[in-house]
Order: sequence, then structure tokens, then C-alpha cells
Amino acid sequence: MVAVQSRLDRLVRPTFGRHLLFALAAAVVLLLLSSQIGAYDDYNLTAVAIFAVAAAGLNLLTGLNGQLSLGHGALMAIGAYTASLLLKDHHQFPVIVVLLAAVLSTGVIGIGFGYAAARLRGPYLAGATLTLAVAIPQVATRYKSIFGGESGLTVAPSSPPDWLGADFPPERWLAWIAFAAAIVTMVLLANLLRGAPGRAFKAVRDNEAAAALAGINVARTQVLAFVVSAACAGLAGALLAYWTGVTAPAGFTLALSLQLITAIVIGGLGSLAGAVWGSLVLVFVPLLTSGMASRLSLPSSVADNLPLAIYGCILVIAMLVAPHGIQGALRRILAYGRARWGNTPGGGQKGVVDWDDPAPDT
Amino acid sequence: MSRFFVLTLNGVTQGAIYAAMALALVMIWRATKVINFAQGAMAMFTTYLAVFAIEHGTPYWVGFLVALVSGLLLGAIVERVIVRPVESAPALNVVILTLGLLLFLEALAPMAFGGQIRSFPPAFSIVGLRLGTSQVPFSPFDLFTLGSVVAVMLLLLVLFQKTDLGLRMRASAFNPEVSRLLGIRVGRMLTLGWALASLVGALAGVLIAPSLLLYPTFMDDVLVFGFTGAVLGGLDSAVGAVVGGLLMGFALTYVGGYFGSDLETVGALVILIAVLMVRPSGLFSVQRVRQV
Repeated sequence: MVAVQSRLDRLVRPTFGRHLLFALAAAVVLLLLSSQIGAYDDYNLTAVAIFAVAAAGLNLLTGLNGQLSLGHGALMAIGAYTASLLLKDHHQFPVIVVLLAAVLSTGVIGIGFGYAAARLRGPYLAGATLTLAVAIPQVATRYKSIFGGESGLTVAPSSPPDWLGADFPPERWLAWIAFAAAIVTMVLLANLLRGAPGRAFKAVRDNEAAAALAGINVARTQVLAFVVSAACAGLAGALLAYWTGVTAPAGFTLALSLQLITAIVIGGLGSLAGAVWGSLVLVFVPLLTSGMASRLSLPSSVADNLPLAIYGCILVIAMLVAPHGIQGALRRILAYGRARWGNTPGGGQKGVVDWDDPAPDT
Repeated sequence: MSRFFVLTLNGVTQGAIYAAMALALVMIWRATKVINFAQGAMAMFTTYLAVFAIEHGTPYWVGFLVALVSGLLLGAIVERVIVRPVESAPALNVVILTLGLLLFLEALAPMAFGGQIRSFPPAFSIVGLRLGTSQVPFSPFDLFTLGSVVAVMLLLLVLFQKTDLGLRMRASAFNPEVSRLLGIRVGRMLTLGWALASLVGALAGVLIAPSLLLYPTFMDDVLVFGFTGAVLGGLDSAVGAVVGGLLMGFALTYVGGYFGSDLETVGALVILIAVLMVRPSGLFSVQRVRQV
């Protein structure tokens, strides 16, 4: 028994091993879940996975590196347009090639933005990225011959491979792609954050002068955070292109960027799990509220807008009662439970909580 | 009439609106270190209240007053009820709070006033003035827009620079702790600051509504360009906000006029980035030396 325990420990203790185990568990759960639910739920879960990828990237930038970006929707647009251009004339590029191309192009463009962003702080960075969010979709409107103007580009769907059978639902196939992308992203980010880059991100966020004194190149760290974050947004954008089937400027409004910020703050700043919680809120709360609104028989001007009103209220109330987001609230409950019932802290049982650093208490 | 002259006149009027919005944002930023993303939505709501009054038979000027007074009240209520409890929360939380308020107001307006797109009457003719024989693309209403923005700014200047109340408000924003020790009711000053800022925003709403149509998200662009103007000028400077707002007005009309309206926002982005690369805290801010 003891031997088994220690062998398990040796497997679980190294960070990478633990992350892999957790990813494996997540993959199994999602695989089982997606085969149990219908196409509509698969479709919604795909959205959760897509938002989780983008929100995780943004959380790295904003929550862990302290750079507020209100323009991640624009970076998603760059990824989505990269994917759509590759798939424009029904070129059947494999999904993996399309996704990697989107990551690469957004990452490269992210270097440029990252250098600009590294010079700016707080609200000035917010202002610059806000303009980015508004301006990028306009480029697509302007250059119609390349980007298809207002009506956008149609994206050839990725059909399930033959070995899954002829009647395999395409929604589930897309869900699997999105889950795989999300899990790979999370594992890579979790490892990055556990290592030297992650510590550098946090050091720069907490005190730039101290970080510089400790030998960290502040500007380079900020650019790195921006590039990684942009790459995540690009991946999410490419997935979004598959999900919606059409890439148009109207899909990348300022609202999208603001939704991503909302997701990470509601979910929990600075934590990868928080990005997942936030994405769940982003997808399912509007569904719930519109379901509720449609069940009450109200005049259409009220019923159409009630979900948005409730959503707005939830944001305000959440910030008033749970300032550290869902993940912060969970942590508090866990900590309370430990203190109350005297469980020893630590060990491999904490799973997802262990991925993260404590919420920034600024 | 040269194209440049026409665009400049358009730019001045648009810029005045953006300047008002920028000023509203800067006033709130200086008082409470919050970027109020709901500023545009609040102005939208007060403009709806004005149009509600006008549609129920009151003269334009009553509607105008309704907008300004409701702006004042709304600002005070928002500060007191929503922003005050998160005073010490992380800055991002307040951002999300104002975003939540934005969504809520944009959903509430069509529920309360109906979802159809409305037109808003201008106070004066919108036909260009006659200058000798030629018609200038500058209407009496443009003049009124410019005049009322300038008037409000001068009033604020007098309030902040020449009155006791203004001094107390500046002290509260500058150092709340010391101000409190000196017997200033800092909380009240913050509420008043939000109320005044919201009034300026409401003014921008009523003034731009005739040229845009009235719908729940009609102030979104004005907010973005006002914010960009405020950042351009430097968030700590009221003068900077006005200059930044005017610059945005000119930049957008010139880019739109010479390169096509599709590129307006791209032009704004390029200008903003270019300015911020040289002066990372805006044009008019006091440069503080950063150690890193």
C-alpha cells in the first residue's frame, strides 16, 4: 500500500505529470459527456471550449502579467481570418494545419502589438487596445477582395474522419477538436506558468522595479506574455471560424473583447480554471436567462432584452459579492473547509486548484 | 468651398462632442480612478428620457433640461449605490462593474421606451448658415453644439478653479485621506464629481442624438472615441481631454473624408499608437519618471 502510494506520488508530484494526468481525466470526461448529449449541447460546449482558450490567454496577460487588453476580440479576428483564408476556396487543409497557421500568424502580429503594449500602462493600454478592437474589423470591411467585406468569408467545415462512421454528428467532431485544442492549450499554459516565465510574469505584474532588480527583462517579459496571449486568441479565433462557419466583421465587435474580459474577472483573475468558469458563465447564463424570459409571456420588447438586462445585473452583483470571481470564491470555501475539518493542506487531491497561484490581492 | 474647410468645420462639431465625452471620463478618472465604460450608456438613457418628454408634448428645452438633470441624478446614484461599495476592490472589478451597468442600461432602454429606432429633434435648424452668397456647411445647431460644450467647460473651469466647492473637490481627488482629516466630506465630493461628469456626458448625448439616430447602442462609438481622445490627451488632464477630443474629431473627419469612412477607426488607431509611442501617458499629462 505504501509502495503504491509512493509510486503514485512520484508520478503525480512532478508538475508536468500532474498536468498530463489532469488533462487525461478532463479528456475522458469530455469524451464521455459529448457522446451522451445531443448536437445542441455539443454545439454549446464547443463555444465554452473556444472561449476558454481565448480567456485563458487573456488571463495570462491581464491576470498574471497585469496588462489590461480590451482588444482580444481583434486578435481572435486575425486568427479567424487566417483560418478562413486558408479554407476559402474549399481547400481541404487538415484542421491541425489551419489551427497552427492561425496560432503562428496571430503570434507574429502579436509581437508587434506586444512591443507597443509594453510601453503603455493601465488605462492607456486599455485605450490603445480598445481602439484596436474597433479598428481591426474595419480593415476587413475595407479590403473586400481579400476579406469579403461585410458578408465575410465562408468556412468549409471539417468533416469527421471516416473511421468514426458515416453518421457521426459533425457537431460532436467539432466539439472534440475544440476540447483537444483547449486541453492542449491549458496544459502548455499551466507548464509555462509553473516555470520561470510564469514567475517572471507575476514578478513584473507585482512590481516592475523589483523584477528588474532581480534580473528580469521587464519589456521582454511583457512582450512574451502578449505573444503567448495573442497566440491563444488566434487559436480560439480559428476554432470560432469553424464553429460559426462564416467569418465576418460583425462577429468581432467590441462586445466580444469585453465578453472575454468579463469571463476572466467573473471566473477568477490570474487562474486558468477561472478562465473555464468564466467561459461557462459566458455561454450558459445567456442561454438560461433567455430560456427564462421566453417562458414568461412578456411583450417582445421586454422579452428580447430581458436576458441582457439580467446578464448585466449578474455582472454587477457578482463584482459586489464575489470580487475574486468564482475561482476565488471556491478557494475561500476550500480553505474554510480545511480549517474547519482539519484536513492537511497540499497533496495531489486538489486537482484544478493546484494549477493556479492565489488570486492577486491588490 | 475647399474640401479641407468643409471637413474642418465638421471636425470641430464632432470634436466638441468627443471632447465632452472625454471630459466626463477624465473627471471621473481624476476623482475615483475609474474608467466609466457606462458613461455612453448613461448618456444614451438620459437622451431617451429627453425624447420621452418631448414626445409627450413638452418643448425641446424641457427635454434638454430633463436630460441634464437626469444625468446629474443618474451619476450620483451610480456612484453612491454601485461604485462606492467597490472602492477598494481591484481596478478591473470596477471596469467589469461599469460594463455590467452598460449592458443593463442598453437592455433597460428598449424595455422602458420601446425598441424602435427614433429620431431626435435638433434645437435649431440643421441647414447650413449662409455666408454672403455661398452656403457654409455649418448650421445654427452646430453653433449651438459648439457653444453649449464651450459654456459647460467654462462653467466647470470656474467651479473647479474659483470656488470653495471646486477646491474641496480637487482636494478630495488629490488626496482623500488628508482631505478627510481637514474636514472635507470626501464621499459627498466624489458623488458630486460623478454627478457633474454624468451631466457632461448627458449633454454630449442630447447634442449628438440629432445627427445619429436614437437606439440603445448609439453612444457606443462616441464613448470609444471620447475615451481615445481622453487617452490621447492624458487621462489626468482636463485640458488634455478637450484637446484630445477635438483632435479625434479632426482626425476622424479628415481620415474619413480623404481615405473613405471605412478607415476612420483605423486612422484613429494609428494616430493613438503613434502619439502614445512618443508620450506613453498622453499629450498633456505630467510625465512621471518610471524607474524601469
